[in-house]
Amino acid sequence: MSQVVEAPVEVREPSAEGVPLDERPWVVIVWNDPINLMSYVTLVLQQLFGYSRAKATRLMLQVHNEGRAAVSSGTREKAELDVSRLHAHGLWATMQQD
Amino acid sequence: MRRGIDRRRDGSFRVRLPPEERDVLASLPAQLREALTSGEPTLYRLFPPAFTDDDAANAEYARLVGATLLEGKLQALSELERTAHAESLTDVELLTWLGALESLRLVLGTQLDVTEESYGPLDRDDPDAPRLALYHWLSWLQEEVVHALSAALEDAASPPDG
Repeated sequence: MSQVVEAPVEVREPSAEGVPLDERPWVVIVWNDPINLMSYVTLVLQQLFGYSRAKATRLMLQVHNEGRAAVSSGTREKAELDVSRLHAHGLWATMQQD
Repeated sequence: MRRGIDRRRDGSFRVRLPPEERDVLASLPAQLREALTSGEPTLYRLFPPAFTDDDAANAEYARLVGATLLEGKLQALSELERTAHAESLTDVELLTWLGALESLRLVLGTQLDVTEESYGPLDRDDPDAPRLALYHWLSWLQEEVVHALSAALEDAASPPDG
């Protein structure tokens, strides 16, 4: 279920072509793997990103059911830090520019 | 199901494991430490790539964070070794157990080529049965640690009204 919110007319949709390559945000992806426990993945997402249990559980289930989920985004430096923190906790994480 | 970790009112955690299980727990860090310094191929699971299609960026990433990641994992293993026989753990010590158990399960699970189907009943005729039993026991213990730490986190997020 989603809610449609009408944007004010002065806000323009950013077009992908209009944004320079280096300024597009980096997205951190967590991938499904058969070893990590579901409860563990939820706890790590809560601890590392301060997500609520509900949000962390939703992301964990997305990883489990769809094979991957975007868990954070930002500058290249922030994404690299997030990936390394996820790696320190044993999760399979990568980063990419969308 | 038996409980392995209880949270006390004072915020510490009581570890309820029999001595023989603690002996196993204390013996595992040395085995993994040896593997960590020998460059065994299954260890790639502990140090995954950060980029799916950029070898140069992955090499740079490994150069930047590889030593720190390794150091963190070795420290957690030493702490587990040191506290394997403790009756009581602080929250920091239990978090360290969580990290050490994670490394142990990742490497053992990778060696055993664990899949989502590996969590069923054990086949006693499987030559890997003893190591799969160890893997399942580590999974149970990690679940117990997660359970205890999650409960503590929930209480911290919503403290009961006085």
